[in-house]
Amino acid sequence: MKIHKYDTVIVGAGGAGMRAAIESTKRSRTAVLTKLYPTRSHTGAAQGGMAAALANVEEDNWEWHTFDTVKGGDYLVDQDAAEILAKEAIDAVLDLEKMGLPFNRTPNGTIDQRRFGGHTRNHGEAPVRRSCYAADRTGHMILQTLYQNCVKEGVEFFNEFYVLDQLITEVDGVKTSSGVVAYELATGEIHVFQAKSVIYASGGTGKFFKVTSNAHTLTGDGQAACFRRGIPLEDMEFFQFHPTGIWRMGILLTEGARGEGGILRNKDGERFMEKYAPVMKDLASRDVVSRSIYTEIREGRGCGPEGDHVYLDLTHLPPEQLDAKLPDITEFARTYLGIEPYTDPIPIQPTAHYAMGGIPTNVEGEVLADNTTVVPGLYAAGEVACVSVHGANRLGTNSLLDINVFGRRAGIAAADYAHTVDFVDLPENPAGMVVAQIERLRDATGTERVADIRRELQETMDANVMVFRTEQTIKTAVEKIAELRERYRHVSIQDKGKRFNTDLLEAIELGNLLELAEVMAVSALARKESRGGHYREDYPNRDDVNFMRHTMAYREVGDDGSETVRLDYKPVVQTRYQPMERKY
Amino acid sequence: MATPVLDKAEAASAASPYITVTLRIRRFNPEVAAEPHWEDFQLEMDPKERVLDGLNKIKWDLDGTLTYRRSCAHGICGSDAMRINGKNRLACKTLIKDVNPGKPITVEPIKGLTALKDLVVDMEPFFQAYRDVMPFLITNDTNEPTRERLQSPEDRERFDDTTKCILCAACTSSCPVFWNDGQYFGPAAIVNAHRFIFDSRDDAGEQRLEILNDRDGVWRCRTTFNCTDACPRGIEVTKAIQEVKRALITRRF
Repeated sequence: MKIHKYDTVIVGAGGAGMRAAIESTKRSRTAVLTKLYPTRSHTGAAQGGMAAALANVEEDNWEWHTFDTVKGGDYLVDQDAAEILAKEAIDAVLDLEKMGLPFNRTPNGTIDQRRFGGHTRNHGEAPVRRSCYAADRTGHMILQTLYQNCVKEGVEFFNEFYVLDQLITEVDGVKTSSGVVAYELATGEIHVFQAKSVIYASGGTGKFFKVTSNAHTLTGDGQAACFRRGIPLEDMEFFQFHPTGIWRMGILLTEGARGEGGILRNKDGERFMEKYAPVMKDLASRDVVSRSIYTEIREGRGCGPEGDHVYLDLTHLPPEQLDAKLPDITEFARTYLGIEPYTDPIPIQPTAHYAMGGIPTNVEGEVLADNTTVVPGLYAAGEVACVSVHGANRLGTNSLLDINVFGRRAGIAAADYAHTVDFVDLPENPAGMVVAQIERLRDATGTERVADIRRELQETMDANVMVFRTEQTIKTAVEKIAELRERYRHVSIQDKGKRFNTDLLEAIELGNLLELAEVMAVSALARKESRGGHYREDYPNRDDVNFMRHTMAYREVGDDGSETVRLDYKPVVQTRYQPMERKY
Repeated sequence: MATPVLDKAEAASAASPYITVTLRIRRFNPEVAAEPHWEDFQLEMDPKERVLDGLNKIKWDLDGTLTYRRSCAHGICGSDAMRINGKNRLACKTLIKDVNPGKPITVEPIKGLTALKDLVVDMEPFFQAYRDVMPFLITNDTNEPTRERLQSPEDRERFDDTTKCILCAACTSSCPVFWNDGQYFGPAAIVNAHRFIFDSRDDAGEQRLEILNDRDGVWRCRTTFNCTDACPRGIEVTKAIQEVKRALITRRF
């Protein structure tokens, strides 16, 4: 076991982690621990753009952007945080441009902007061009630009270091972050990183679904590490299903395709979104569009022999426009479906895409131990966190924005905090839990296989807690997850070695997914209303009287070692906007 | 738009029953044996599945010790460059039907970088060459503009191709010069230098050209076009290298 000491440790090297690292490295001795090489992070898969009211191509302002974000989140958004997001968006985009990001340009040389779902002029009058973009690989460009600037700043990376545990030390009765424990994939060695500040920026947890746009590596490692150490998880029932994933594969096809004029059609060729969202049509918010697609499918207007998908039609757009603005997604259609998007519509279905919920933080990125108490030294930003700027449904282009605005804020806050405090003592035997976990898995002789349990988990999540949910389906999921968690105790792995043991890693990741799936299902069961991405067929309306509040899920361990999820609630911060009926 | 009853993807899937595929994989685990060996795995696969799907089937259902890197599984993250039937490709972007599945499909680590276990190689020398070309925007502005720097669409287009790079190393590890002499910067580093040399906002083109004027720099390129063939992002790598060479001669870029 090796022990390292840094002022600031960042867990994860996607957009949020590297944006934080650029700030914290300038201010404090920083280490970035990442289970992937930084440029492999899933920020790189984001396509459509980053919202900011630059008003480069038409009138726009940050207040409209704030309103759209609040409304898009079905009023579960903390409005003070949304205002910061929309205001700081403008500098966040300009900062990236100055760092070298090659945005698409207008004829006069400014950053070009395009339409995106839910982003409107003057509080819902019509779509507005707010998304700053680089073709359909904006996330790729952000990830590359941030990595380039990390190289420039000399950021210290520990590549393929997998953080397995968050260390908490009680200081005068206050739970305080003292560091993390990491597993070095190349050697199997355990490393303890003592740090004054720890920032989680480890991304989402989409791999508990089967049809998902998420990478294999998005297994909620940061959420699980914190949750197991008593940190609550906020609003985990809210998961976004992106309307346009490649049929059966889930690979993302950007909303920018509809921003460029693409149209969703059912088997009759009908532009069905006109029925569900008369003003915004195909550019309504993602939860609305995904529900509309499944309504079409359920009512027998889906395409194909099994009627299980609809079409994204780009055939009326000029090929030059597709080549210039949507080169990657048209290539995906060619590569994976053998379809020519110039002439043929693309079969799509909603795909599990984004966790609105996560580790609760305030607007400085400080993690909360309950509704109000900060955990000193612990920070989170990006998809792993819940500020909450996305509420019950995130708007497209607000996640690339989120990682930049709140990654930067967390990086500054964590480094500044590190200057004001001394190192906190590590708990006794800091690596104990990780060592035990790894030895148990390496030595296990049970008959259960990781892949089987993961497959069953993904199938039950797709079947029971996707776009449409009922008490019955969620209960089915809760029971199945409990069964799978029990079976997971008997899981064994084949690779017993130390070197690059990805067999072991997948087993640990599955444990994280199971734990988080349970939190999600339990949170969803208790929310007896429909709001944003959480749609209950048995409670189809939003219920502001009883549920205008954030869910806070806590892990409880009984005297017999049994684990349960306890739910509590936190008020929503409302400033300018009163809840209204949500129409697009 | 037409309203087809059965679209092309469905027609293709209806006509593509599972076939038996042999993946012949170069196995290496120094914890077990000093030398690599070949191992065959037989799988039932839809020819439209990816080679990565085949590797996953092996790892998940047959042999958990098989080791490879993967993440996004759709050609964006650059984790799974490997040598498939002797050509560098991304396993997640290579469909079984396109690699002659009637015969065993060989899968081995990319060449020129040290294999660490099975298909995992040491990427550090590759990233070191990347870092050496100063892959970040450098400007001499004394007064940074308040708003964005302006750049015309034409100037933006000038380096568009080389911004696509995902640092997968498929190009560099397909280059015979790189195989013979690991000191050569390799195509990927030159591509990333090109991305800044031809960016109208950047002021350090001369410095980067001097770095690539080195004996291990751009002149080692023998224009075999392996890199261009290997690039999963369709970057015209050899052309970019030629443009850098030309800029070195003319000092215009």
